[in-house]
Amino acid sequence: MTTVDRAAPPSEPRTRGTRRGRRSRDWVGYLPYLLPGLIAFTVVILIPFGMNIWYSLHKWKGGNAPLRWYGLGNYTDLLADEQFWTSFRNSIAMILAMVVVPTLIGLLLATTLFDVLGKRFGPRVASVLRATYYLPQILPVAVAGVLWNWILNSQTGAVNVVLREIGVANPPNWLGSTDTALPTVMLVLIWIQIGYPVVIFMSALQRVDPELYEAAELDGAGWWHRFRAITIPQIKPETFVITLTCTVAALKVFGPIYVLTRGGPESSTLVPSYYSYLNFFDKSKVGYGAAIANVLTVLIIAIAVVIMVLQARSARREEEGR
Amino acid sequence: MAAPIETLPTPVATGRPPRPPRAKATDVDRRHRRGTARWFVLAAAVGVAVVMLVPFVIMVLNAFKAPADYSQNGPLSWPAEFYTEGLRNFWTRVNFPEKLVNSIWISGAVAIFAVVLSLFSSYALGVGRVKGRMWIVTLFLLANMLPQEVLVYPLFQMAQEVGLSNNQWSVIIIFTVIQAAFGTYLLSSVLGTFPKALLEAASLDGAGRWRTLWGVVFPVVRPTLSVLLIFFFIWTWNEFFIPLVMLTTNATQTIPVALASLQGDRMMDAPTTNAGALVSMIPAIVFFLIFQRTLTRGITAGAVK
Repeated sequence: MTTVDRAAPPSEPRTRGTRRGRRSRDWVGYLPYLLPGLIAFTVVILIPFGMNIWYSLHKWKGGNAPLRWYGLGNYTDLLADEQFWTSFRNSIAMILAMVVVPTLIGLLLATTLFDVLGKRFGPRVASVLRATYYLPQILPVAVAGVLWNWILNSQTGAVNVVLREIGVANPPNWLGSTDTALPTVMLVLIWIQIGYPVVIFMSALQRVDPELYEAAELDGAGWWHRFRAITIPQIKPETFVITLTCTVAALKVFGPIYVLTRGGPESSTLVPSYYSYLNFFDKSKVGYGAAIANVLTVLIIAIAVVIMVLQARSARREEEGR
Repeated sequence: MAAPIETLPTPVATGRPPRPPRAKATDVDRRHRRGTARWFVLAAAVGVAVVMLVPFVIMVLNAFKAPADYSQNGPLSWPAEFYTEGLRNFWTRVNFPEKLVNSIWISGAVAIFAVVLSLFSSYALGVGRVKGRMWIVTLFLLANMLPQEVLVYPLFQMAQEVGLSNNQWSVIIIFTVIQAAFGTYLLSSVLGTFPKALLEAASLDGAGRWRTLWGVVFPVVRPTLSVLLIFFFIWTWNEFFIPLVMLTTNATQTIPVALASLQGDRMMDAPTTNAGALVSMIPAIVFFLIFQRTLTRGITAGAVK
């Protein structure tokens, strides 16, 4: 081995170490380990993705029906499709319900648990409360949806039965009326989502050096001031992770919509993923459904890239500041 | 529902206003005020917890309440008698044991296969430093963000062509790859920092790549692998969209799909729905309680990465 090492340098630039020279050819031997993963990835993700793009350029009823070339027709049809725009407008509501509100409330709950309850009532209390907030997160989302669907049922649901008992003559048809369906779905999503930021923020807060707070306290900084000057900047990495994962999840949301409203009434809770499902398997407009899914994909990747670039930039700025 | 969530904790934040320490007397004063304020904070946090729990309480109360009792006394009353017809109804209707076995089989197989696949790929990427690894890892990461709608119709067609339509293996293969894409992304950054000394010692001992993987790398990353295993199991267990599309008959379906497909059925009265939701969430809760420690550690690890 040593002889090989000694022999290597002349062919390599001087600055590179001997070991590097050996290593640079070494990776080929590891290829067999990568092969199964790459093949599986190609078969299950790359090829289907390519096929989906191909479908979106056709009019196709699916199954054995013939594909008819339509070019970019499906995409131009989308632009004029009111339901398509509704579904993406509703995505903004989903982001509000799955990212913005849970992150804000989650941060508040996490700091409360960590700062006040954990310190004054013991870590036991804080961890029991944290587990309670997290409970909806571990349920299969379809199961949670079925439960809420019954609770909110206009005739037999728990909420309206109670409302009628206390004298409300005409309680709202929560999931069945165009005025209330979207806000109601949003509330259910907030309930499902809230535990995730709480758990992540709590672990983030444990990471923050307590000396920072002590120093600030000695300088006379109040709670709010310490929160803004220390907590918020220190937990930035976690905030980015939550924003990224939850935004992607909000844009992809399907299960809750399927079990709660099926996009109704009158498309008031329609979201892109459900709209594409509807075209695939209900309306037999496969090409059109594929086009919707592709637009959604481009949007998700674009938003994810923007968030990741912002994250990288903020991390770099922090490094320069130090 | 939202109002208590949003308004209750607010006094917590403003409860202790930013106030510069003036004299020593105020310090005592402040501590005294904190003493009472903390109870309000506790009450608010418990209030939020109650709001989170209400749906579960309503579910348990009404899972064992006779329909007549429900229409007479409403959802908040204690059941007059322990009514098990709803549970029995749901149990036989969906053939729950069969669904349980389906869910365990699919999630378990995916978890194991995906962990092994992730380990292989990330061994090549992280330890082997295969050329172009940045591109491959980025590709895997992006794949994890794809909406499943973009894959589902082609996969549905492919499954039919190879004779796997309505076959659990189609779901197992698909999720193995999807979960392994994430697992590879995570593990290759872990293995990228694998101690070189250990690898060199193994190579001096004459161990090949295969023996190094199982004798040196595997034991070191075992804790990470077990977290991944649990995550993959739970994620697959909770999956809804692809199983809904791929598993078309009752006999092959998973618990969430079976429960959702009963919706709107006339047989689904209040006790049946609630008992159904209850037994469907029990496996998830049991699983969570068993692995709670590992999980919270895992969530933390994933977040900082």
